Amino acid sequence: MDNPGLAQKDGLKARDYGWISAFKRRLLGPAALQKLLAFASLVLLLVYFSFASPAFMQTDNMINILQATAVNGVLAIASTFVIITAGIDLSVGTLMTFCAVVAGVFLTYWELPMWTGIVAAIAAGALCGSVSGTLIAKMKIPSFIATLGMMLVLKGLSLVVSGGKPIYFSNTENFPVISQDSLLGYVVPGLPIPNAALILFVMAVLAAVVLNRTSLGRYTFAIGSNEEAVRLSGVNVDRWKIIIYGLGGAICGVAGLLLASRINSAQPALGQGYELDAIAAVVIGGTSLSGGTGTILGTIIGAFIMSVLINGLRIMSVAQEWQFVVTGVIIILAVYADMLRRKRG
Amino acid sequence: MTMALISVQQLCKSFPGVRALHDVRFELDAGEVHALMGENGAGKSTLMKILAGVYTKDTGEIRYHGERVDFSSPREAQAAGIGIIHQELQLMHHLTVAENIFIGREPKKAFGLLLDDDKLNRQAAELLAHLNLKLDPRTVVGGLTVARQQMVEIAKALSFNSRVLIMDEPTAALNNAEIAELFKMIRELKARGVGIIYISHKMDELKQIADRVTVLRDGEYVATVPAEGTAIETIIGMMVGRTLSDERVEGAPAGDIALEVRNLNCGPLVRDVSFTLRKGEILGFAGLMGAGRTEVARAIFGADSRQSGDILVQGRKVSIRTPQHAVANGIGYLSEDRKRFGLATGMDVEANVVMSNLPKYLAMNFFLRKRAIRGATSRFIRLLNIRTPSPVQQVRLLSGGNQQKIVVAKWLDRDCDVLFFDEPTRGIDIGAKSEIYKLLRSLADQGKAIVMISSELPEVLRMSDRIVVMCEGRITGELLPHQATQERIMHLATQRETSKAA
Repeated sequence: MDNPGLAQKDGLKARDYGWISAFKRRLLGPAALQKLLAFASLVLLLVYFSFASPAFMQTDNMINILQATAVNGVLAIASTFVIITAGIDLSVGTLMTFCAVVAGVFLTYWELPMWTGIVAAIAAGALCGSVSGTLIAKMKIPSFIATLGMMLVLKGLSLVVSGGKPIYFSNTENFPVISQDSLLGYVVPGLPIPNAALILFVMAVLAAVVLNRTSLGRYTFAIGSNEEAVRLSGVNVDRWKIIIYGLGGAICGVAGLLLASRINSAQPALGQGYELDAIAAVVIGGTSLSGGTGTILGTIIGAFIMSVLINGLRIMSVAQEWQFVVTGVIIILAVYADMLRRKRG
Repeated sequence: MTMALISVQQLCKSFPGVRALHDVRFELDAGEVHALMGENGAGKSTLMKILAGVYTKDTGEIRYHGERVDFSSPREAQAAGIGIIHQELQLMHHLTVAENIFIGREPKKAFGLLLDDDKLNRQAAELLAHLNLKLDPRTVVGGLTVARQQMVEIAKALSFNSRVLIMDEPTAALNNAEIAELFKMIRELKARGVGIIYISHKMDELKQIADRVTVLRDGEYVATVPAEGTAIETIIGMMVGRTLSDERVEGAPAGDIALEVRNLNCGPLVRDVSFTLRKGEILGFAGLMGAGRTEVARAIFGADSRQSGDILVQGRKVSIRTPQHAVANGIGYLSEDRKRFGLATGMDVEANVVMSNLPKYLAMNFFLRKRAIRGATSRFIRLLNIRTPSPVQQVRLLSGGNQQKIVVAKWLDRDCDVLFFDEPTRGIDIGAKSEIYKLLRSLADQGKAIVMISSELPEVLRMSDRIVVMCEGRITGELLPHQATQERIMHLATQRETSKAA
């Protein structure tokens, strides 16, 4: 919930409703403050790790971070939609893997052209997401349970379809290009930002537009804010929920393609655990698990904080065990800081 | 000279952008019922919350038993003997009466390791007996009526040996019999020297229960007058700063049948309900709380699934299974519980106004036309006189009356022909009430067909062109305004079925 005091002041000041005051509101409003806080922590982390280890600011390492953020960031975008509706999707990790396996089946088993694999992966994601959405909207199964079940189902299906072995994209020479090449590097030499990061950026912009400028986004917020009131307004809440989960699933399909392209294979055993990283990114970004509020920019910053943290700790040779501990503490602190900020109003 | 139990001087409190209280005075004697009156936003709840330790004051002085106090938490105020009964009851529905009363203070046994349920229930039984309340301490609270739940809340407050009890609209959800019971209890507490601060929008209650009345307006102290000997019009005049007429607003003769309901059945509270509603008519639905009026509206609106019955809109039989179908057929429902069923309070005014009609504001069926949304919202803000600093103000920051107007705007935007208003003035101050009445009448004059469900008889009598009375899920009678009196309505509203139908 936004800070009421500030919101009120904003409202009073924004009487002319012109773009200048809108701009001011966006820049100085409480939502912006939260992003600023998260962004400041991200910068702080980057500065700290740069000083702590000379290996951190190397181009290769930066590319690693971007690659890792791309996958988690895209998953976190999917989670943002669902979490704003006051739901949760625990299946994003294994769904991502399932989509990668589907792409593998199309491209390696059936030797079909690359675009069919891409379409199939995204379609499979949308379909599975819609199934979760249907379970939640029509059968009234709590999202936590429905997607927990879906998580296990998809984990099993990935192993069944692939026979438990990784599927390598040996027949599709160009597959690694999706993630690993740098379109931007061709245009601007010396800026070898991998396509994965570019795709993350494009997805984020699209998601932000959908969330803030379309009926789908409006209903996403409204359902999270008061589902019953929206239903009694004559809105087909069930249908929109299915669409929202379906959209989330489709975005997981994109994440699946990014991951598969990065490691040039679909690893059926991978995936579980990614959903928690995604949820952590969303929450660090200031989206409330009780629904009704949230931003894509916050989520992206949250995803970067997560991956910079993990990467930095690894580079500093912090033992894996301790990386977990530190990440856990950071998540708790981030959310606590957010609560404090909200309370202060 | 006796010392006042509570004495407040020059109290000021501001929230960012709002001056909630300015130089407010207030005094409460032991054994007194002191009514606090004022429109919503006048500062009643702020004053009350400061006394109860929910908010802290900016400046000013509060004396309690003659000593300066400054409570920093409700717990502190409670410990000092100031209890508060909020309008929305704060009970845990899954726990028993005794568990609720002694929550956080449960008696323990076995060196404090185990709860001592026997002692808990014994203490609760003693307390309830002391208050002459016939309640079983072991009953689960969720199964009690609202009136009984309120009694539990009062018992809980008094279990702290409260000297001061603050009651925020305690009768809002009670029927007449229950109100009588509550007043009896209040008089008993009075006799024991408890001071009671009583907040209500119902004027007739003042005469029955209050000793003195303090009126606030726009966060400022207006006056304190004795309840006896002061005309209600005078008090209302002080509250709104002008006088309001209570004249019946006569409507134009009704037109064609807009909605016909035949033999509607839906659970125990909707049994064989049939009625017709004409264009330009306000049909009042009277009855006690729990008579099934809301359930009838919800069943017609498709919010609850019907067992049997036909619904005809403009003479055409329609199938309504969900609220969407109802809205598509031009039926709108304004819930009694705005916050739960009517508004997304965390969202802004314009999001709520266009909620039921968003497709109208889309480009390419997908993208929001923000300018059109802003335009429509601004139009409704002017049309309905909604007091909000801007169309992007969060709805939860507005007063009850303005929130209600936003719900009305939502349905007007959808251009519904049939509107169900369920308790349209609940929790709304008297100034805004008369605005809502005017609005209802002008909607009817424009040819809308309106069902108004209300538990306030004066409101039903004042507004309705025809009155349907319900009791226990059945329609027990229909009255025209010139036949209707409070007594006749109450007679029908309590007309229970003597023998169960086979």
